[in-house]
Amino acid sequence: MAKKGYMRPPTLLQKPWHFCPGCNHGIAHRLVAEVIDEMGLQNQTVGVGSVGCGVFSYEYFNFDGIGPSHGRSPAVATGVKRVLPDRLVFTYQGDGDLAAIGTTEMVHCAVRGENITIIFINNTLYGMTGGQMAPTTLMGQVTTTSPRGRGREQGLPFRVCEMLATAEGAAYVARVALFNPAQVNRAKKAIRRAFETQMAGLGFSMVEMLSACPTNWGLSPLEALKYVEEKMVPTYPLGEFKVPEGVK
Amino acid sequence: MSEQILMKGNEAVAEAAIAAGCRYFFGYPITPQSEILEQLARRLPEVGGAYVQAESEVSAINMVFGAAAAGARVMTASSSPGISLMQEGISYIASAELPAVIVNIMRGAPGLGGIHPSQADYFQSVKGGGHGDYKLIVLAPSSVQELIDHTILAFEMAEAYRTPVVIFGDAMMGQMMEPVVIPDIEPLPPNRPWATTGMEGRGPNIVHTLYLPADKLENHCNRLFAKYSEIEHNEKRSVGYLTEDAEILVVAYGIMSRVARAAVEMARDDGIKVGMFRPVTLWPFPDNALQAAARNARVVIAAEISMGQMIEDVRLALGNRVPVVLFNRIGLVPNPDEIYAAIKSKAREVNANG
Repeated sequence: MAKKGYMRPPTLLQKPWHFCPGCNHGIAHRLVAEVIDEMGLQNQTVGVGSVGCGVFSYEYFNFDGIGPSHGRSPAVATGVKRVLPDRLVFTYQGDGDLAAIGTTEMVHCAVRGENITIIFINNTLYGMTGGQMAPTTLMGQVTTTSPRGRGREQGLPFRVCEMLATAEGAAYVARVALFNPAQVNRAKKAIRRAFETQMAGLGFSMVEMLSACPTNWGLSPLEALKYVEEKMVPTYPLGEFKVPEGVK
Repeated sequence: MSEQILMKGNEAVAEAAIAAGCRYFFGYPITPQSEILEQLARRLPEVGGAYVQAESEVSAINMVFGAAAAGARVMTASSSPGISLMQEGISYIASAELPAVIVNIMRGAPGLGGIHPSQADYFQSVKGGGHGDYKLIVLAPSSVQELIDHTILAFEMAEAYRTPVVIFGDAMMGQMMEPVVIPDIEPLPPNRPWATTGMEGRGPNIVHTLYLPADKLENHCNRLFAKYSEIEHNEKRSVGYLTEDAEILVVAYGIMSRVARAAVEMARDDGIKVGMFRPVTLWPFPDNALQAAARNARVVIAAEISMGQMIEDVRLALGNRVPVVLFNRIGLVPNPDEIYAAIKSKAREVNANG
């Protein structure tokens, strides 16, 4: 019997990542691709990217893709899904894109119960533009625009999942992390549940992934994983905030 | 339904979109265009389509982006302040070469302005509006029947050139009722092999606007502008009225052309050699036809419901050959008397100068 190998999922194109060493975006991309392959949905998927480190998602995925403007991905995904209701339509957005400039689009997508999925990568800052403060930046966290550490006058961390779980239209909402293999496995299960929620037509779904950004945090890849576990998780507790009956 | 019926401009736009095969509409309420939304909210589900009320015009135009990328014939409508909010999305739609129709039932501006008829969004749609190098086809109907005909034409042009098309109305045209005929046409379903519909039997289709290598961005812009040249070559449209011997030429579009035409008739009764030129496409601007219409003109009056925007294209087309003056009102459609008075005054000057 052939040994189960660590193979590239067919839905991920064979290309070198543009991501920094130790960045969790590559894992997140891979998990999405694995779930789509396992569900046999490669030919029925339309991925909607974003602006930020996720901007090249359509370069890595082997399915139809759209590159929208900053923060508007849930609105673009809404347009796609209304035209193609039987397709798997998801957005892939970072915390600058989703939790700042795209807050309106995200919230109302959930409020409408739009039958799409948002994959939300939370690394507490704007990675692509050089590590500026985001609404998700931790208290005291030093970024290029909170050089003395985020203080009260710069606001407080934005817990997106907790807020969206209050929307009746949101069917599945979960926060996962990628700091060790057990968490990665849980993250994959959450993506699967979100996509199943959508394919069953149960409404809006979101998976937030706490993700390491060693470059902008000024940490080694291993230190960055530890930072997610020790610093991010207390502010952003993991778990499923909402699970529909059909996918339990 | 090819019989004549009485219809409000906004409702006519909605019915024309359905006749043209549009099945998806994304919008946000704003006076004086809300009847377009209301009519389509009622009608689209009846014809197997979808109406989605967005949380803002920013979202509405991005829903249009998504639906167009997914292969649908799609429209949005708004009025001046809402169209301002759409500018980012319009730049992306133009760059991604997505067919889409955008209706602007213009109202008074700047700022919140008012809800009166206006033509002050000419610069915004004809000269740019959003960021970057792109063009929009801009159609300027002047009656409820033309709102219908131009809506159908807009979908054809958007499809043929893979580009967004803007239809200009104003508060008066949106709200006024006129007898119309909605043509019984059978539009072909959209044929878009490039659309992001799920792969099934082909490689991935990608709709995007990012060209990081400088040479790729330059190629992209050159390709877009080759297409715009083709549109300029094929699509300039205009209507002339009594221009052959006209020593005074009134240039006006949309609702103002109706008023100008009435004023020209009044002045002709006085024996004044006056004509009217009406651009039907604002971009591409019908410069050659205007030059021909103005060949005997000694003065040209650009009549607009703005502080003077189209007048710049009139001057660009005519150069220094003939003086071009502005007749304008803000916040209302003038009576023909007012343009007639302007024509009379110019006629006296022309005669005094021999």
